[in-house]
Formats: sequence, C-alpha cells, structure tokens
Amino acid sequence: MQTSWIYGLVGGALLGAASLLAAAVSGKIPGISGIFEKALFPQGDTTWRWLFLAGLVLGSLATFQLSNHAASFSPVSPLWIHAVAGLLVGFGTRLGGGCTSGHGICGMGLGARDSIVATLVFMAAAMATVYLR
Amino acid sequence: MKLALLFFSGLLFGAGLALSGMTDPSRVIGFLDLTGEWDPTLAFVMGGALLVFGGGMLVLRRLGGGKGCFGCELPKADSEPIGKKLLLGAACFGVGWGLAGFCPGPALANLGLLRVEALVFVPMMALGMAANRLLGRG
Repeated sequence: MQTSWIYGLVGGALLGAASLLAAAVSGKIPGISGIFEKALFPQGDTTWRWLFLAGLVLGSLATFQLSNHAASFSPVSPLWIHAVAGLLVGFGTRLGGGCTSGHGICGMGLGARDSIVATLVFMAAAMATVYLR
Repeated sequence: MKLALLFFSGLLFGAGLALSGMTDPSRVIGFLDLTGEWDPTLAFVMGGALLVFGGGMLVLRRLGGGKGCFGCELPKADSEPIGKKLLLGAACFGVGWGLAGFCPGPALANLGLLRVEALVFVPMMALGMAANRLLGRG
C-alpha cells in the first residue's frame, strides 16, 4: 500500500506518454470517451480508433498477468449500480466533451480553461457522490 | 506505420492504466472518499500523466513548430465556451464515476478479463452516449 504511489506515478507517466504519442500521430486529442464514441458511432477514421482501443484492452490484460499490483480488483458497488453508473458516464462524458483522459490529462495538460473547469466539476461531483452514498 | 503507432499507444495506455492501479475501483474510491482512509494514488497518476503529456507537447511544439507526424497538426487547447452542456455533462459523469469507481478507460481495460462489472458498465456507457446523441439531434 505504501508503494502504490510509485506505481501511480509510473503508470501515470505511461498514460501521459501514450496520450502524447497518440496526439502527435493522429493530430487529435486522444480522450478515451471520444475515441470510444467515434469508433462505435462511426465518425471520421474509425480504423485507428478501434486499433487504439484493442491496444488498450490487450495492454492492460498483459499487465494484469505480469503484475499482482495491477491485477488487484475489488468492486465497490452491486451490478445494478454499475448499469446506472455506465449510463451516467456515457451520457455525461459526451455531453461535457471529455472524461478523465480527454479533459483531465490532455485538456488540462494543454492548459485549456474548459478542461480545467470540467475536471474540477467531475471531481467534485464524484467526491460528493462517494460522500453521500 | 501510423496505425501501428496508434495501436502501440493503445497498448501503452492500457499498461499505464493497469500499472497505476486505477483499474481497481476501490483505489479510485479511496481517492474520492475524503472522509475515509484517504488514498492519494490517483493524484500521483494525474501528476505523472500531466507532466509527461504537458511537457512533451511543449517540447514537440518547440521542435516541430506545431507539426505532428504524417503531416498532421498537433492538437491545440481549443477551449470551448464554458456553458450548461459542459457543466451538466461533467456533473453527470462525476456522479457515475463516484457510484462505481469506473471512468471510461478503466472500464474498457477490465473487459479483457471479462470482469462482469465491466461487461455491464461498458454497454450501458455506449447506451448513455447514444442517448446524448439522440438528445443533441432533437
């Protein structure tokens, strides 16, 4: 538990490097909610988006196999709550134009004002939800 | 080549998510829960990611004058006006994130192990996106 911040920092650096590479190659802000939506409801070039998503699933799968730290998983709520949460996350990320990666990493990393505001709002809303439930 | 690099960046992204521990909802909730035994890991994840992405973009812009690879332009910080959509959307997302501890990346990452939580969450997320598209059109 005490070392989890090191994993966090290294994992975070990988997320930053992956986003940087994807941005430099695609010319787009590589937010996961946007990539997923545009792959699923075709918009623009879908091939790279599906490949990126396949890479995401395979890359995490491989890491789960290699590291016990990565493989730990404890759900925090029953399945029906996951259904409600999924609906809210899908609706909200697209209405608000981004998720933790698109607004949180890329937008904030570029200093975009709307991303900073969005990130503060979804962080606050998430903290309030955890406090109330 | 372009597609191979984008596949590789997906691999890297997935590895980063898993290694950071953010694919475990209890760690995410440990950060969001300010009253419990607070877990700062997520702050380190965001810090590491922002440092590399923000710093890297600055360097690339210096070196290439705004040019990306394969003739594309580097994406810019095109801030949208901060309106109702952004605020309401971010609030909805935050509530959903707080309920299950899943945001889109980690939910997708857990599909590989066929974890039932992800198998429920991801299709509902797609449905939520479809609902937003329908409302936006109407």
